[in-house]
Amino acid sequence: MSRIQTVLQTLKGQGRKALIPYITAGDPHPDRTVELMHTLVEAGADIIELGVPFSDPMADGPVIQLACERALKHGTSLRQVLEMVKTFRSRDDKTPIVLMGYLNPVEAMGYEVFSDAAKAAGVDGVLTVDLPPEEAEDVAPLFAERGLDPIFLLAPTTTEDRIRAISAHSSGYIYYVSLKGVTGSAQLNVDDVAEKVSRIHALTSVPVGVGFGIRNAETAAAVGRVSDGVIVGSILVDTIAKNQDDIEALKSSLVSLLKPMREALDELAS
Amino acid sequence: MSVKLTEEMLRALPDTRGHFGAYGGRFVSETLMDSLMQLETEYLKLRDDAEFQATFDKDLADYVGRPSPLYFAERLTRETGGAQIWLKREDLNHTGAHKVNNTIGQALLASFLGKKRVIAETGAGQHGVATATVCARLGLECHVFMGSEDVKRQSLNVYRMKLLGAEVHAVESGTKTLKDAMNEAMRDWVTNVDDTFYIIGTVAGPHPYPMLVRDFQAVIGRETRRQALAQAGRLPDALVACVGGGSNAIGLFYPFLTDESVAMYGVEAGGLGLSTGQHAAPLSAGRPGVLHGNRTYLMEDENGQIAGTHSVSAGLDYPGVGPEHSWLKDIGRAQYVSVTDDEALAGFRQLTRVEGIMPALESAHAVAYATKLAASMDKGQMVVINVSGRGDKDIHTIAQLDGIEV
Repeated sequence: MSRIQTVLQTLKGQGRKALIPYITAGDPHPDRTVELMHTLVEAGADIIELGVPFSDPMADGPVIQLACERALKHGTSLRQVLEMVKTFRSRDDKTPIVLMGYLNPVEAMGYEVFSDAAKAAGVDGVLTVDLPPEEAEDVAPLFAERGLDPIFLLAPTTTEDRIRAISAHSSGYIYYVSLKGVTGSAQLNVDDVAEKVSRIHALTSVPVGVGFGIRNAETAAAVGRVSDGVIVGSILVDTIAKNQDDIEALKSSLVSLLKPMREALDELAS
Repeated sequence: MSVKLTEEMLRALPDTRGHFGAYGGRFVSETLMDSLMQLETEYLKLRDDAEFQATFDKDLADYVGRPSPLYFAERLTRETGGAQIWLKREDLNHTGAHKVNNTIGQALLASFLGKKRVIAETGAGQHGVATATVCARLGLECHVFMGSEDVKRQSLNVYRMKLLGAEVHAVESGTKTLKDAMNEAMRDWVTNVDDTFYIIGTVAGPHPYPMLVRDFQAVIGRETRRQALAQAGRLPDALVACVGGGSNAIGLFYPFLTDESVAMYGVEAGGLGLSTGQHAAPLSAGRPGVLHGNRTYLMEDENGQIAGTHSVSAGLDYPGVGPEHSWLKDIGRAQYVSVTDDEALAGFRQLTRVEGIMPALESAHAVAYATKLAASMDKGQMVVINVSGRGDKDIHTIAQLDGIEV
């Protein structure tokens, strides 16, 4: 069983929900990323989604676009991101890491070289925003041979046939995009999410994490109630931007955003 | 390597997943997949629908003014001293470029699909103007995304779009040019996917866009083929067109692909020269990758980050190219070359001076290469240049280079 599957199964056994924070690697500076990853774990993260910066992040709103620009200004490359994961692993061999990004940096590195390097660095899952399962035929077997979980997206517009097909290609978890829009959008409709996620649960046994539009303990709890985990990105990246010149303030702002979400999620279990 | 193409091979491309060999496809986030599949299904139905095609043909005739002439450029031929040079006059279309062929087709599609809100990206502003024009005519709400750098260098077109009732959104992210405008249009689309139709301006983007834009632009090549046979009594020996995304080039080339005797040259923007890195020539100097929904040749760095581009012509200033061109390059059916900013400007001046036709700076790239090519060919041979647009929009740029305030 993969590290992701182990963590999600353990949480399920405890009746708890996963807290999955996202940060962009290299933001505000490549030297800070590993430290921030440990901070996320201390604040209650079960799994970390680590963004690989890309010059053209088409599915992202302004907050994560700017994070990519900050990271790329310091030349953060996919190879460096893998080094960061390796360094993180020297102190933490339990918390699963999912790389989240766009396909072109992976293509540039080469599918096989990337798969080997990701495995060696201690990556557990890979989420490529612009790679639907139909186009993943070449890379999927390489991930499978190395035990890397392929994480795919489902959206409000995904039909039942596609939910079945995409689930069949997924392991670890499925990322349900809670709304039509880019990352950082605000118009989360919890009733819609509840309805769609219950339909997804009826069609697959793969756990479902929900992301987009989760900004505080209240929205985290509302989404956690109906899913297996909540994914929090833009609100964290925004606080990184605001505190980029003061690392201690930055770390405590991350903790003060995540702690209440952790507590709200754990209250659901009791 | 060159492959003899047959009608049967062409009918099978793109395949059902939108691939032209190793290129094309549908690389988008999941939210857009359903819309793209619906668009594909509906388009394939309408492509064979007599009423849809009749409406399209009638609009091209009565609104755009087609067929556009195929004109023998006698003085340019004499000055060049080689093959006969003929011009396909897309610059004479309503709105002044080939772009309108596609926007007419896609706006019709939007109407058939019941979508009331249209979005588009634009570089030089020609596609933005062509989209705003058809939206005005059909009473559709129109939003155009344009890099803030391009808003500055193409202010005339920005004003034209506003007069036509479109809202122009200046895009401040990334390099503030065409690729960023396309990113922003995709972001709008993902947010408003239920009521919005995205009119992509070139033969790039996710399947089915490269296919349907090609089909709408192929009228250029169909007319050229018919006109060449009627006026010159023969098929051309060579076709020359500029390539940014590649819609005017594929429109000219496509109906000739099975005519083995017809050579094809796509001319990319060489900017300050390929060796400087300051250009927009992915087929000449890039490598395959994935951007904006398709796999194709791209300009990128060693880490897969998309590179900045440079061209004197905003319409060619794009780091990717339509996937069908990538395929045609690999199988050797078309040749892809480049000319520099300076050569293109010389082409602009030459055509203006000897034929009284001011080409768009994009089209001037084709003119510059075609005169070199024609000079190396026999007098009895025939070259067709696609004059994809007129140069009025570029007068400010040219004047500025001449140090003149207009």
